[in-house]
Amino acid sequence: MIEIQNVRKSFGQLEVLKGIDLTVNKGEVLTVIGGSGSGKSTLLTCINGLEPIDSGRILIDGTEVHAKSTDLNKLRRKVGIVFQQWNAFPHLTVVENVMLAPRKVLGLPKAEARAIAVKQLSHVGLGEKLDVYPSRLSGGQQQRMAIARALAMSPDYMLFDEVTSALDPQLVGEVLDTLRMLAREGMTMICVTHEMKFAREVSDRVAFFHQGVMMEIAPPAEFFGNPRAPELQKFLSATH
Amino acid sequence: MFNYTFRWNQAFNALPRLLEGALVTLEIALLSMLIGIVIAILLTGCRLSGNRVLSAIARTWVEVARNTPALFQIYMAHFGLGAFGIHLSPYTSLLAGIAFNNAGYLAENFRGALKAIPDTQTRAGRSLGMPPIQAFRLIVMPQMLRIAFLPATNQMVWAILMTSLGVTVGMNTDLAGITQELNARSFRTFEFFAMAAVIYYLIAKAVTLAARALAWRMFRY
Amino acid sequence: MFDTALTWNDMAFLAQGAWMTLMVTAVAVVAGTVMGIVFGVVRYQAGPYWSLPLTFVLDIFRSVPLLIQLVLGNAFQSIARLGWDPFTTSCVILSLYTAAYCTEIVRGGIEAVPATTRRAARSLGMTWRQDMRYIVAPLATRVSLPAWIGLTLGVLKDSSLVLWLGLIELLRASQILVTRLQEPLFILLICGAIYFLISFPIARLGGYLEKRWSPND
Ligand SMILES: Nc1ncnc2c1ncn2[C@@H]1O[C@H](COP(=O)(O)OP(=O)(O)O)[C@@H](O)[C@H]1O
Ligand SMILES: [Mg+2]
Repeated sequence: MIEIQNVRKSFGQLEVLKGIDLTVNKGEVLTVIGGSGSGKSTLLTCINGLEPIDSGRILIDGTEVHAKSTDLNKLRRKVGIVFQQWNAFPHLTVVENVMLAPRKVLGLPKAEARAIAVKQLSHVGLGEKLDVYPSRLSGGQQQRMAIARALAMSPDYMLFDEVTSALDPQLVGEVLDTLRMLAREGMTMICVTHEMKFAREVSDRVAFFHQGVMMEIAPPAEFFGNPRAPELQKFLSATH
Repeated sequence: MFNYTFRWNQAFNALPRLLEGALVTLEIALLSMLIGIVIAILLTGCRLSGNRVLSAIARTWVEVARNTPALFQIYMAHFGLGAFGIHLSPYTSLLAGIAFNNAGYLAENFRGALKAIPDTQTRAGRSLGMPPIQAFRLIVMPQMLRIAFLPATNQMVWAILMTSLGVTVGMNTDLAGITQELNARSFRTFEFFAMAAVIYYLIAKAVTLAARALAWRMFRY
Repeated sequence: MFDTALTWNDMAFLAQGAWMTLMVTAVAVVAGTVMGIVFGVVRYQAGPYWSLPLTFVLDIFRSVPLLIQLVLGNAFQSIARLGWDPFTTSCVILSLYTAAYCTEIVRGGIEAVPATTRRAARSLGMTWRQDMRYIVAPLATRVSLPAWIGLTLGVLKDSSLVLWLGLIELLRASQILVTRLQEPLFILLICGAIYFLISFPIARLGGYLEKRWSPND
């Protein structure tokens, strides 16, 4: 369970998160939508401790992320994150990209790490591309590799930050299909996305962020069928 | 126009001695590179440390190394340190001067390579649970190495060429030094120095080719 | 300030040395650049195969220590009875050395001009000369200028080697004073400061132009 309690966060003068309260249960799929600059990415990077917070608490399975005593490196094994820019490690082959963390962070033997990598890569449909370098992959393939890389750590939670936004339109589908598959398998996920159709289909709940405030959160039918906040109504009509 | 008879056999007879000198030349170049790389890493660390004194020292080193002649740097080691009662042999002065020069240029090279790797790479490593040092070692370093490699091999070629400056402070065991000594005895300046030039050329080419082959093997992506 | 035996006369001596450094550098950079432009255009026009001999000869100047080149040049002029004084010999060798580097810079600059731009120029009916003059030259200059400034700085520093032929340039002048006054550190520091004073503004200009003219602005 991810519990976010009254989290505030500023970059200098700019308050980016203005007291966020949110709980994501095990097995739940939460999608987050909102305008650019509304604090969505910041929230995700705070959840896995890449960014510090100013006040409030974030608990993952009861462990407080920003407590001094927390071993963040250990905690991050539980929480996979995939960014808009896929950040392939260019000096490693596809399979090495995925094996790296299981070997070096989890300390698994090479053969075992490779077996995990191969399994995850096949899972996202890259079983044929094991030994090529990422520069030879399309954007969609690189993004699926990044997903496999995160999954290889067997995380309990996955955070996706606009993973399709930097892709050519014809490549969006293959990545969304991968996310749908994960959702069906019961992965607990927070997906920041602009794909409304996707949000409607896979989410248990949808949240709307506006200028650092979570304005609305509801199951998709209600969220899209009967939006209450005027900002959300405006946002939805702008994105048809 | 030419009333001069070239006498190459003397120069050819001296070839074994010249090659011995070439070995010393290579030795100094290699040592100066090793020392230069270690210092350059330290200088880069100092510049990134955020400590103002350390980074000022590092910046000064880099600027002096890049903006004064290599020969000046060797003179500094040979004559300048005399002011502190330190009297270095020609060999040590030469090595110190070139190592100083290498360190300055390499530090700049390393810094550039580091800047060329986006933060997002470190971030990606960190989010997989790597501690900062591990993320640096496994993700940033190998990519840095590739960017820094070719400029570093150029520096190696420079180091080889710079060793010839030792003769101006009395170095007489490297290729230039031995050539100069043979020349002083025989006055066959052109022949001896032409031989030396050919040897320098071959060493420089060999180093360049070896570095290319190595780069080709190491960096397949 | 310091307790030093250095007199104003000695400072004037250093200044003369610096002047010699500047003269040798100026001649080498001007002559080397002119030759470099010619060789660079030839290399580009002739293509890698036909310009191989030129490439090879120029590469020698970049792969053999300058000191050895100077000694060889001096020996050659004496063998050939050209009667050159050390200044002339130094300038000739240093110019060729500069030209060897400049050729690569010029060639790189020309190659950086997109073929499409040139095709556009030719399709407007420009002749080869017009294309070179109005399209290639300005664009290539922009690309090459930072490297050319770097080369100028390099030649300024490398010009110190002409002391081996007996020219009293800045470093040699300092060395003479060091021997006479036995104040090595102080005099060498002044010498280094003068080098710095000359090269730092040029380096800054280079950095500024590089930023200002970077291709993606
Ligand atoms: N590292 C940072 N330093 C300063 N400002 C930042 C930083 N990261 C994000 N911001 C600012 O915080 C605000 C929210 O950013 P972000 O969380 O990326 O929004 P979103 O992902 O919803 O588009 C933006 O105004 C952005 O400019
Ligand atoms: Mg974002």
